[in-house]
Amino acid sequence: MSAKPKVAFYWCASCGGCEEAVVDLEEKILNVVEAVDIVLWPVAMDFKRKDVEAMPDKSITASFINGAIRSSEQEEMAHILRRKSQFVISFGACAQLGGIPGLANLSDRASVFQTVYRETPSTVNPEGVVPQMEHKENGFTVTLPGLYETVRTLDQVIDVDYAIPGCPPTANLIEGAVQALLSGNLPPKGTVLAPDHALCDECPRKDTRPEKLLLTEWKRPHQVLIDTETCLMAQGLLCLGPATRGGCGAPCTKGNMPCTGCFGPTSRVRDYGGKALSALASIVDSNDEAEIARIMDKIVDPIGLVYRYSLAASRLRRKKMEVNA
Amino acid sequence: MPESTFEPKIVAFFCNWCTYLAADSAGISRFKYAPNIRVIRVMCSGRIDPQFILDAFAKGADGVLIGGCHPNDCHYQEGNYKCLRRFNLLKRVVRQMGIEDQRLRLEWISAAEADRLRVVVNDMVEKVRALGPLNWSVAPEPLAPVHAAGELRVLQEVSR
Amino acid sequence: MFEQNGSVRIGVYICQCGTNIAATVDCRAVAEAAAEFPAVVVSRDYKYMCSDPGQSLIQQDIKEHQLNRVVVASCSPHLHEETFRKAVAVAGLNSFYMQMVNIREHVSWVHANRKAATLKSIDLVRAAVRRVARHRPLERGRVNIHPDVLIVGGGIAGIHAALTLANAGKKVYLVEREATIGGHMAKFDKTFPTLDCAACILTPKMTAVKNHPNITLWTYSDVSRVDGYVGNYKVQVTRRPRYIDEDLCVGCMECIEACVFKQPKFSDEFNLGLGKRKPIYIPFPQAVPPVAVIDPEQCIQFKSGKCKKTCVEACGDRKAINFGQQEETREIEVGTIIMSTGFKTFDPQRIPYYGYGHYPNVYTALEVERLVNASGPTGGEVICRDGRKPKTVGIVHCVGSRDERTNRWCSRVCCMYSLKLAHLVKEHTGAEIFNFYIDIRTPGKGFEEFFQKLLNEGVHFIRGRVAEVTDWALDPSEENKLVIRVEDTLSAFVRRIPVDMVVLSTALEPQEDAQDVRRLFNIGCSTEGFFMERHPKLAPVSTFTDGIFLAGCCQGPRDIPDTVAQAGAAAAEALALIDAGHVEIEPNTAFVNEDECCGCRTCIPMCPYSAITVNEIRRIAMVNPVLCKGCGTCVAACPSGAMQQNLFEDEEIFEEINGVLSYA
Repeated sequence: MSAKPKVAFYWCASCGGCEEAVVDLEEKILNVVEAVDIVLWPVAMDFKRKDVEAMPDKSITASFINGAIRSSEQEEMAHILRRKSQFVISFGACAQLGGIPGLANLSDRASVFQTVYRETPSTVNPEGVVPQMEHKENGFTVTLPGLYETVRTLDQVIDVDYAIPGCPPTANLIEGAVQALLSGNLPPKGTVLAPDHALCDECPRKDTRPEKLLLTEWKRPHQVLIDTETCLMAQGLLCLGPATRGGCGAPCTKGNMPCTGCFGPTSRVRDYGGKALSALASIVDSNDEAEIARIMDKIVDPIGLVYRYSLAASRLRRKKMEVNA
Repeated sequence: MPESTFEPKIVAFFCNWCTYLAADSAGISRFKYAPNIRVIRVMCSGRIDPQFILDAFAKGADGVLIGGCHPNDCHYQEGNYKCLRRFNLLKRVVRQMGIEDQRLRLEWISAAEADRLRVVVNDMVEKVRALGPLNWSVAPEPLAPVHAAGELRVLQEVSR
Repeated sequence: MFEQNGSVRIGVYICQCGTNIAATVDCRAVAEAAAEFPAVVVSRDYKYMCSDPGQSLIQQDIKEHQLNRVVVASCSPHLHEETFRKAVAVAGLNSFYMQMVNIREHVSWVHANRKAATLKSIDLVRAAVRRVARHRPLERGRVNIHPDVLIVGGGIAGIHAALTLANAGKKVYLVEREATIGGHMAKFDKTFPTLDCAACILTPKMTAVKNHPNITLWTYSDVSRVDGYVGNYKVQVTRRPRYIDEDLCVGCMECIEACVFKQPKFSDEFNLGLGKRKPIYIPFPQAVPPVAVIDPEQCIQFKSGKCKKTCVEACGDRKAINFGQQEETREIEVGTIIMSTGFKTFDPQRIPYYGYGHYPNVYTALEVERLVNASGPTGGEVICRDGRKPKTVGIVHCVGSRDERTNRWCSRVCCMYSLKLAHLVKEHTGAEIFNFYIDIRTPGKGFEEFFQKLLNEGVHFIRGRVAEVTDWALDPSEENKLVIRVEDTLSAFVRRIPVDMVVLSTALEPQEDAQDVRRLFNIGCSTEGFFMERHPKLAPVSTFTDGIFLAGCCQGPRDIPDTVAQAGAAAAEALALIDAGHVEIEPNTAFVNEDECCGCRTCIPMCPYSAITVNEIRRIAMVNPVLCKGCGTCVAACPSGAMQQNLFEDEEIFEEINGVLSYA
């Protein structure tokens, strides 16, 4: 029997944390390596694009792609891997929901360049050069991938079979996904490979939330001495656990930090931010318009709060472009 | 779309007991108003999930109108207040997304206010018409990323 | 979704509603467009979908084409949703596989542009088609109807409804805020057009209320809280202290006689201030209950604590007077409620140029009712405030009615009561009577004949809205008179008519606290402020809150026969519910998908009815469907989408959004 299942790991617009998550499997990674052939893993091994292009179509059993899609190169690689793979799995919040890079959708390419190449205090760029896709010099042409106006999730670019949520995905979920792939015992296409209930279900603080919790003030973690046992919402903190898919084992709330929503919504929710804001606003304890506004004023960056990881996957996806054709 | 032929598409969510009845009453009174709204009936403005509004914009609505009972008058005691709370936060999100205020409105219209319904709808249609199409359903993404020649010029304008 | 649910077969029916819809909407075009929508098997337009043949058309199609979903585009679901739900049920389909589209009230009646109206109809039908494919079969729950009835307001409407129900063997609570029942009718002298004495026909009914074993009468009481739902209302009634024990007082009036105030000194409310009463009083001789009441604002015992209490002495062993009586609250359970809270008369001081409150001889019609009444403050003699017996009287119609500046509506009864008062005043005084009217409206049995009778009696009618009532005399004939300035629009010149007495035929208006009462009972008001009926024609005594019915002028101005008829209708509606014993409730309640709920409790404070609780064992939320009223507020709040609402599931609404927006 020549062929162990072939597996690819690839990264697009991401921070590298998802790669760390694979390493975080610790010794279990040895089981993985034993069971599969890793044919592509840029962060760990040297592979060239043309090698991937040379692989027969569908020859990779599963490609785990992390990171959002915001450059032409990332899009191209996504398409290539789709062609070469039987299964494509969105790995982590950026691939699944756009993640933190997706917040760039509040801006556009010109402003991104402006900030990054001209305005940040550490930038030294007196000529104001910004990356060009093509540069000719001495008869040679140098090219760079292009940056899109809009950050997209992987499934907005290619057909995706499954998603493993998280920023980054937790070891138990990765392990479960690999097991499922190896055993062939697979859920319906499109499934997010994590439990389909919200985080509170596994949060040790769950039962301490009062039955009728209404709040007149939102607090931020640095403003309170956080009690280690009481529901964070009950302490006035903006915890997104109720709106966020569980499966992570609640490391954040166990570590005294509110959930920020990296696992995204449950399968029943179409727009994570819309639902999260609805739940948060619902428990504001006022019927007076001015008072409600005063309480909401405490939320300085509503999108940063409710769409921290999912702006690119939201109904609206991005801020309205100023110049609209 | 040329300005003259633009007809705004307004999706309206009306509660069953106040604003939907006001619209019925406008019909019985034969008040004439702009045909641009499409009413979706819910039992209470408290049922209106912010997702519905975001979805409507994403699917091509140029405006969304929410109609509920006046404060103190909710058929279900306080569903309209829940709506008000969510609306406040949603409005901030929608604003951050660059959608103009006039495109998303919450109006308390009681069953007795058929004429107000007419006025509100006409006013909203005209304001949205003046803003032009929102065109959200049309992806702004160009097929190829072009930040070669034109890009610098744009940047220089921005930095000025 | 249609791929997944290949078995969905939809029939679409576009109603022309005669020309009501067809005149503005191209119904054929809508039907043809709908025929192209996914899963639509049949699509038709028809003259009247709600008619028998219209309904049979649907039923035949269901059988012939194995339809399992139906969309009817016609009028408002508030009008015919039940009709079509029943129609599909007859053909064996679950009632909730039917979705209505409102293309009459929301389209054809409000738009003029045929093309735009047709396109809008197509969008709305598309939304319904997409939505109905998502529908699931639902069963209606049942709730039992508590057989007791609450009637709020003891005027002729409340009295008649109470007696009707009590005679049918039902237990009735009649709550009245005044010290006596009888309402406005008890103040009237004669009733038009038959000139029956109001007291002669009313007081026997009042006594019957008092003596009826099935009626619990609470006067001087207010409804202070209403909870619950059709069949199961929990009501709190506050009984204000009248400082007389109702069970002990026999109505002998000896206490009133014995009061330390030898003469009546205080303004008598029942006679609208035209007479006087003592601090202890019975509103009028035939009051029900015939129990005295003490006004603590006036009674010396209450003011100083140093009264000789001659009243207590007079009462003697009966010991009915109790200065220490406290406010009491009573909790009752009833299944149905009849609102008969009546009206208030227009305050003519709002029209200053008619001089009411300024010239003593300007009266309201209700005051004149008391003046001509034999048991009134003057014993039935028409004597003006200045002591004069009027030789000429002007009756000004439409005061506060049919007027953009006050009330736009016609108060319906003023023409007739003005004619009646003209007759009575003339009969009592022989005075010359002038009626100033805009139109004389006499649509009722014997009404026009009564008008003719008045014409024959020589009463004058001048068509024109009175401009002013003034005492500014321009010639000696006007000295010491009130001059009515009016344009006589039939002869087209301005006249000045000097009279001794002016009667203002004031409008009927909603009660001062109608808005508060409406909120208390969770019913609606129409634009002008009267309680709103469920449908002006088909459900005129029902409200939008099941189990609450309307009778009398609280719903709009009407005369006594109409009020009594409406009170009978309201009683019949209540009886129909009681005798059925139960009512089917809308299944649009919220429910928790138990496997999906994480138990975060966000939903719990959303519910004003405490219908959601935590299941301590499973640590998830549970909805009690009997308490849930189906607003869906918890559903919108549920952060993980585990809470849904029957008939308004997220997916159903998303399909509607999709449907209305997927136009070319």
